[in-house]
Amino acid sequence: MFKIRKENLNDLYAKISESMGLYIPIKKAGEVNYHVWGEGKEVSLETLKTVRSPKDAFFPQTENMMKFKTEGKNIDIIDVRDEKRPFVLFGVKACDYKAIEVLDKVFLMDPVDTYYKARRDAITIVTLACSKPEESCFCSVFGIDATAPCGDVTAWLDENYLYWQANTQKGEELTGKVSALFEKGGEEEVKSQQEQTKTILAKLPFATLDLSRFKPENLNELFNAPEWESLSEACLGCGTCTFVCPTCQCFDIRDFKTRDGVLRYRCWDSCMYSDFTLMAHGNSRTTQMQRYRQRFMHKLVYYPSQNDGLYSCVGCGRCVNKCPQRLNIVKVINTLGGKKND
Amino acid sequence: MIEENLIPKVGVITNVRKDTPDVKTFRVVGTDGKKLFKHMPGQCAMVSVPGVGECMFSITSSPTNEEYMEFSIKKCGCVTEVIHSMEEGSQVTVRGPYGRNFPVEEDFKGKDLLFIAGGIGLAPLRSVINYVRHYRNNYGKVVVVYGARSADDLVDFEEIKTEWKNEPNFEVYLTIDRPQEGWNDHVGFVPSYVKELGLDPNMTAVLCGPPIMIKFTLAGLLELGFDKSRVYTTLELRMKCGIGKCGRCNVGDKFVCKDGPVFRMDQLDELPDEY
Ligand SMILES: Cc1cc2nc3c(=O)[nH]c(=O)nc-3n(C[C@H](O)[C@H](O)[C@H](O)COP(=O)(O)OP(=O)(O)OC[C@H]3O[C@@H](n4cnc5c(N)ncnc54)[C@H](O)[C@@H]3O)c2cc1C
Ligand code: SF4
Ligand code: SF4
Ligand code: FES
Repeated sequence: MFKIRKENLNDLYAKISESMGLYIPIKKAGEVNYHVWGEGKEVSLETLKTVRSPKDAFFPQTENMMKFKTEGKNIDIIDVRDEKRPFVLFGVKACDYKAIEVLDKVFLMDPVDTYYKARRDAITIVTLACSKPEESCFCSVFGIDATAPCGDVTAWLDENYLYWQANTQKGEELTGKVSALFEKGGEEEVKSQQEQTKTILAKLPFATLDLSRFKPENLNELFNAPEWESLSEACLGCGTCTFVCPTCQCFDIRDFKTRDGVLRYRCWDSCMYSDFTLMAHGNSRTTQMQRYRQRFMHKLVYYPSQNDGLYSCVGCGRCVNKCPQRLNIVKVINTLGGKKND
Repeated sequence: MIEENLIPKVGVITNVRKDTPDVKTFRVVGTDGKKLFKHMPGQCAMVSVPGVGECMFSITSSPTNEEYMEFSIKKCGCVTEVIHSMEEGSQVTVRGPYGRNFPVEEDFKGKDLLFIAGGIGLAPLRSVINYVRHYRNNYGKVVVVYGARSADDLVDFEEIKTEWKNEPNFEVYLTIDRPQEGWNDHVGFVPSYVKELGLDPNMTAVLCGPPIMIKFTLAGLLELGFDKSRVYTTLELRMKCGIGKCGRCNVGDKFVCKDGPVFRMDQLDELPDEY
């Protein structure tokens, strides 16, 4: 294990940026999100939850796919993907890292999504252990250890130092590039921080959520539960919960006419929208209740059923904080899991 | 190299046939004049007019046709309207094949087969039926029941009249909703016709058509003693990617584009009722 003094972190960022792109939580207009680092930027590793999740880095909100040029009846298809420059995604929390594993299963499973894969192959991920989890966090319910996230490199931060442990080949390569800035050591400090964090995690209000009913064999019973009506009644269908969610995968493919041909791009979409499933002869989900149910059934039952029990919620709490109507997955788990909401 | 699943190929329309007032069948090849890709009966492809949109269609021609692919397309919206305005030499883009096919080499082999279609529902079935005709010795008796609103709404009527009706050990029953001059076949809806025909419940059945027709025909088949594990159908949901990524065609733990569109009725029973 290595360590670097906090006041020298800028040198670390600068060194990484010499040869690769660096995406790191940066404060901009009062919000902390992952942005490209540059001298003078206000890095905030301490921020527990970026407003948007780091999925933007490899599954961007909009992405150009190809271009069509038409001349008379002839169509020409041009691949407009740019070369993906290698980059480092720095400061990813344990929940968000797990979310990347969830998305990997979707996009890298055969048939492979080559757009996603190109970006994904180009990233080295430096995760950052949490030391001050908040009330809305419930990663532990999904078996995630916030004190020891995986990734190519795992980092820990305390008052004085950032500690650094490479886990993979990619992580070793990155370490090689910056090792001149490091000193050895940190095992003791990391261990004591981990123990402290674990006592906080155990006391969090949502730490006792019970997922035992959310199993594939209960699919139809949960789908038909009468509680969905009252759970979803206040939903506005605004889609905020899906856009901030690190595991939401739905997208749309659209064409845009430019002066220089037709651009086909993809952009995030939301199962919370009424036209998501609209067809020429009808719509398979006509009510907001059905759409609300789809989002949570997918996270808690459908996805696990396709992926050996892995849930597609990681307990990041973003939807808990951001829903304007104070609806969220915690209420769903409690109500359908057999508990009362306070 | 990993295959580019989302980037289409250019297809050239080499023939347009008007089947009914709102269905045309388009013959498509690559710019090199050859077939674009191989497929199996029941699989689909995304056809697009750049700048207008992309839609999923069943590949209605048989895989045994090595020269070209065909799509029977019903005019019902923006994309299909533009495609209907196209003629020989027009270009579209095509990507695929997508989805699971009918188990023609597995469960269907050696069986007596019953095909029931309504309207444009013949599109996916035509591919299987012509595949079965090509490998005729691998299958038992074939019965086709096909219905449409009127005689003018039967897709591929020429092929049915001149080829299917003359095939040995191959019965074709046609029906239309209301009586019409010059029509000598049956008149009435498909579900009741199926019951009247008193079909052998040991046949393996495939149903394609509007949801309402499927619902009532299935009920009729079950009354006749058919078993759900030997009745197949296809689902149609909104699709964008075709490869199980965009989330749009998700029903329960299935993505219709990848795990379907072909399903057995007993498999559908396990899915939530949302299709
Ligand atoms: C697996 C599958 C196989 C199909 N096979 C055939 C076929 O062989 N022949 C045929 O005529 N039609 C078939 N369809 C239906 C066909 O895709 C729609 O009729 C077509 O998309 C309508 O597009 P539009 O732009 O003309 O209509 P609009 O209503 O203008 O379309 C608007 C949008 O909705 C989508 N959409 C509309 N209707 C449907 C629909 N029924 N299914 C999925 N998306 C839809 C379109 O992709 C488009 O993006 C099939 C659909 C699926 C899912
Ligand atoms: S649950 Fe909340 S955030 Fe999500 S769509 Fe409904 S109102 Fe918007
Ligand atoms: S559903 Fe909510 S808590 Fe779960 S991963 Fe998505 S945003 Fe986070
Ligand atoms: S069409 Fe995208 S998941 Fe099926």
